[in-house]
Amino acid sequence: MKVAVIRFPGANCDQDAYFSLREDLGIQAEYVWHEDHSLEGFDAVFLPGGFSYGDYLRCGAMASRAPIMAEVRRFAEEGRPVIGACNGFQVLCEAGLLPGALLLNAGQKFLCKDVYLAVENRTSLWTRGVDKILRLPIAHGEGRYIADEDAVARLEDNGQIAFRYVDASGARTDESNVNGSAHAIAGVLNTKGNVLGLMPHPERATKALLGSTDGLAIMNAFHLVASNR
Amino acid sequence: MPKLSMTTVRVYVTLKPSLLDSAGRTVAGALQKLGYNELHQARIGKLIELQVEEYDEVRIKEMCDKLLANPVIEDYTIEVPR
Repeated sequence: MKVAVIRFPGANCDQDAYFSLREDLGIQAEYVWHEDHSLEGFDAVFLPGGFSYGDYLRCGAMASRAPIMAEVRRFAEEGRPVIGACNGFQVLCEAGLLPGALLLNAGQKFLCKDVYLAVENRTSLWTRGVDKILRLPIAHGEGRYIADEDAVARLEDNGQIAFRYVDASGARTDESNVNGSAHAIAGVLNTKGNVLGLMPHPERATKALLGSTDGLAIMNAFHLVASNR
Repeated sequence: MPKLSMTTVRVYVTLKPSLLDSAGRTVAGALQKLGYNELHQARIGKLIELQVEEYDEVRIKEMCDKLLANPVIEDYTIEVPR
């Protein structure tokens, strides 16, 4: 079992993902450069956070057209596991592998804090059996999830909404929806449920020393992938 | 022989009117604080200047659809060079 951590120029959470996987989960991980053309030998893909291509034009726009993304697309379409956190989520949306888009936070500010998430889908590979409110860090300026009402209705009907921003008690309030996302959506799945994108950083919450181990609830999916190989 | 004269094509990319432009809102707030009370809204878009050997509408549209604009959130208009 080996995870590909895709490296785009300007990524800055690639090492967080790499060390979380290797040290905290005990799973093999290797960096794959954005100009590479192969995912041969890999069983899962992690698209890390950061500011790929300086966030020029739109967040994730250029990264989503990088050479390795053709391979990530094929990998995803085969039903194999792909996760994108923060900029990785933006890349997946820009690539059309997930619906919607991410815009400048409604409150304009870059937000670097912990948030609480309600797990809305508990059957996908990434969210199976997670039955608690998760506390995970966010660090983004452009995390306001947008999709038109028809698209949101489809997400809802298909169980593609993975996470919503809530408060510590699990209630949805205007305040808990930190970036003003449509329907407080913090993470979405593709229709098959093998591709997950989310703004919070599960890879930054897999060690008690760093403040939270709630990220394991999501990252443990890599163990599931390993055991199903 | 390289072509010496280039044509500049301007592409304007704007956020869909239904979406909140939080950067534009900040700018509008600043203008209102400067006393421009007649101002109700400011919206920020992008101007992209493309220098091409010759204007080919189909190719320019393709550039917009493939990369320059995201149809989920943005509209674009192409200014045909005179």
